[in-house]
Amino acid sequence: MTQSFAPETAEEVRAIVADALASGTSLEVVGGATRRTLGRPVDAEYVLSSAGLAGVSLYEPDELVLRAGPGTSMEQIRLQTEQHGQMLAFEPPDYGPLLGGGAGQGTLGGIVATNLAGPRRVKAGAARDHFLGFTAVSGRGESFKSGGRVVKNVTGYDLCKLMCGSWGTLGVMTEITVKVLPAPQKTRTVLVRCDDPAAAVRAMTDGLSSPHDVSAAAWVPGDIARLSGASHVAGAGGGVVALRLEGIGVSVSARCASLSADLDGVGDIGELHTHNSLIFWREIRDVAPFAGEAARAVWKISVPPSAAAATLASCRAAMDLEIFMDWGGGLLWIATEDEAAAAGVIRAAAAACGGHAMLVRGGEALRRAPGAFQPEPPGVARLTRNIKQAFDPKGILNPGRMFEGV
Amino acid sequence: MRMPDPDRDVLARRGEIVAALRRIVPGEGVIAEEEELRAYECDGLTAYRQLPMIVVLPETTAQVSEILAWCHGRGVKIVPRGAGTSLSGGALPLADGVTLGLGKFNRILDIDYDNRCIVAQPGVTNLAMTQAVEADGFYYAPDPSSQIACSIGGNVAENSGGVHCLKYGLTTNNLLGIEMVLMDGEVVRLGGRHLDSGGYDLMGIVTGSEGLLGVITEVTVRILPKPATARALLIGFPSSESAGDCVAAIIGAGIIPGGMEMMDRPAIHAAEAFVNAGYPLDAEALLIVELDGPAVEVDELIVQVEAIARENGAESIQTSNSEAERDAFWAGRKAAFPAVGRISPDYYCMDGTIPRHRLADVLKRMGELSEQYGLRVANVFHAGDGNLHPLILYDANVPGELEKTEAFGADILKLCVAVGGVLTGEHGVGVEKRDLMGEMFNETDLAQQQRVKCAFDPTQQLNPGKVFPTLHRCAELGRVHIHAGQTRFPDLPRF
Repeated sequence: MTQSFAPETAEEVRAIVADALASGTSLEVVGGATRRTLGRPVDAEYVLSSAGLAGVSLYEPDELVLRAGPGTSMEQIRLQTEQHGQMLAFEPPDYGPLLGGGAGQGTLGGIVATNLAGPRRVKAGAARDHFLGFTAVSGRGESFKSGGRVVKNVTGYDLCKLMCGSWGTLGVMTEITVKVLPAPQKTRTVLVRCDDPAAAVRAMTDGLSSPHDVSAAAWVPGDIARLSGASHVAGAGGGVVALRLEGIGVSVSARCASLSADLDGVGDIGELHTHNSLIFWREIRDVAPFAGEAARAVWKISVPPSAAAATLASCRAAMDLEIFMDWGGGLLWIATEDEAAAAGVIRAAAAACGGHAMLVRGGEALRRAPGAFQPEPPGVARLTRNIKQAFDPKGILNPGRMFEGV
Repeated sequence: MRMPDPDRDVLARRGEIVAALRRIVPGEGVIAEEEELRAYECDGLTAYRQLPMIVVLPETTAQVSEILAWCHGRGVKIVPRGAGTSLSGGALPLADGVTLGLGKFNRILDIDYDNRCIVAQPGVTNLAMTQAVEADGFYYAPDPSSQIACSIGGNVAENSGGVHCLKYGLTTNNLLGIEMVLMDGEVVRLGGRHLDSGGYDLMGIVTGSEGLLGVITEVTVRILPKPATARALLIGFPSSESAGDCVAAIIGAGIIPGGMEMMDRPAIHAAEAFVNAGYPLDAEALLIVELDGPAVEVDELIVQVEAIARENGAESIQTSNSEAERDAFWAGRKAAFPAVGRISPDYYCMDGTIPRHRLADVLKRMGELSEQYGLRVANVFHAGDGNLHPLILYDANVPGELEKTEAFGADILKLCVAVGGVLTGEHGVGVEKRDLMGEMFNETDLAQQQRVKCAFDPTQQLNPGKVFPTLHRCAELGRVHIHAGQTRFPDLPRF
């Protein structure tokens, strides 16, 4: 078994990485280790876990700021912010069950390193948009920092953007500062019966283009809808478009009525109240519909919403698949056979509309080649290699996790 | 302000460079006459001036690529320039550099309602983005106060903000894609009309990089449906502490206003004298709180904010009941800079951000510094996000007063950093705050940032002399130093 290091201070992290650098040893960097099977397989000699760097060191609700160690569990952050009626607004997903593990195991470091976001992405942004500052140890064995604790900051390069979504390939974060926001007092979801993907995207686009402040827009076809824990979705008798409204009570009720009136004519209208809304959107956020059949590959495809229906059609023509959409059609979740031919079709379809496809769950062979991340065009790939070189010149941190050599 | 020494060899080849640029950009796109170059000698930070060696105004991405490739091979430096409204000297020319102006890139290329975005050339003004879609009920959220003049490409280079940041984010949170040209002439596209990056967030690092990583030639931004309603409150307080407490209480109550601005007594008086907005002249601090969204929501929140304001000692509260009233409330704030310009021959605008709860301490200390330097200061403040804009009043014609003002400004920014804030919230580092970077970052932090520069521009020909106090060669920055053995923990296992 691979030996594991679990430092408890930033200085210990620095010493371990410096040692690894001196001896030419590679490290697999993990937080809660919930997404180890996401990304290209890492061929590292040792594991460096940031789980020991846990705990919230600063939380000022009035300032909308929270600082914690990367090993702090998302569950702890959720509980602590909830006490003040706040949240991480990007709706961090929990892919634990999807990837064959338990729920509630994820860490702050993990969510930032992977830049994931839930259904509220369309309104509030991703982890990158809420990440204010950090300290980290680079692959050069040096401790460095960037950003701060304030929202408005353009002092120097925004290294937070690079660290966020770098999958531990640039540095080991030792402290993370994020923005928190007030949680909505009330949530409702307008449901519209709809089986046709193109019509669904149209309805979601209309909702997101309305002044009703829609905070999430998803479409689930009938075969997935009937499995939902929200009875109105399960019993809809087919596919549904779901549009979420959040905020203070009086506002949510009024917008719900207006939005329902706007969508009258698309299909039968239903409604989820707060409790069922939470159940439904958690299913979408955590990709629950695909958590069961572990043998199938799961793809996350980011596209311009207007290209969603065509992207789906070209994938469907080439393979047997299950699908649902989030982000107003900007995100396609596809479950299909774990094979290279399907991967090729999906990658080509994503590239055709300028988007990208990530293999979120798949066998090791497929994750290694064609790889978990959308291949980059040569000019961008060169920048990617240069950036890796700038932070981790000897390639000791999560080698190969994103691309071969990166 | 010391800039890198001009390269005599490049200056000696000026004629050859002009001829080469004219081959790439025919007609009047190359400016080499001193009289015409004068228009480019500074940006919005007029205290620093330098005549550029040459100005080139390309019209196509292909021309930009050719210009950069040609200059790259010959060691000629490039200073990218948008509308020239930078307040930090980001577009300050170099004596041996070519200023590359993007002013002719002024077309909106696509308005895409299906994907809720606009694709535009970088020279389009910020306001024109909103104007292009407002008839259809949309707008582009970041609204820097220079929005009638500043360009969207410049907004990306500076990661510009505005008064609506707290609720709607900065440029970086509203940007979907860019096309940019690297110093060696390579054209790359980052992002697009979809969300998030498949690999490293290179677009994120380019945003706010102040023209040091590449020349942006196309921008795709997200547009938002216009809120159904917006109403504003004008609230007078007897002290900046009580106004600050009110801001904290509003946010603590779970309310995120569309805009929340504060002005201190000198700023209130200057603005009122200028535009007669009806501001309370007996107030020590004035808060403008704007709430936007569905009408029922705004009406409800107005009542809540009024109550919070009273609990926090507000002495006057006015609430807008029409667009005209709302505009009047904003008129004074929006005219605050020119209003201050009326009461002083010159003013110098600072841009630190602080944790909001330190506001009263910072204002108090700033008052002490004001006395110490013998210079007046007026404060306008993006209260929601802690971004301070102290305006130092001075007279450039009084010998030594500019230098004194700069020293005062530097002290203010050091103060911002000392209380846990940052040097610049939205104006950028440029040349202005370059030499203060050490207040926030140590050598290791700065070296790591400069390695990012090297990843994009290894020959460091793009906008050198900005942002970083010391220029290091990329080869030197790239060296790996092995520190093992110095601070090893005895109880940690060894590799």
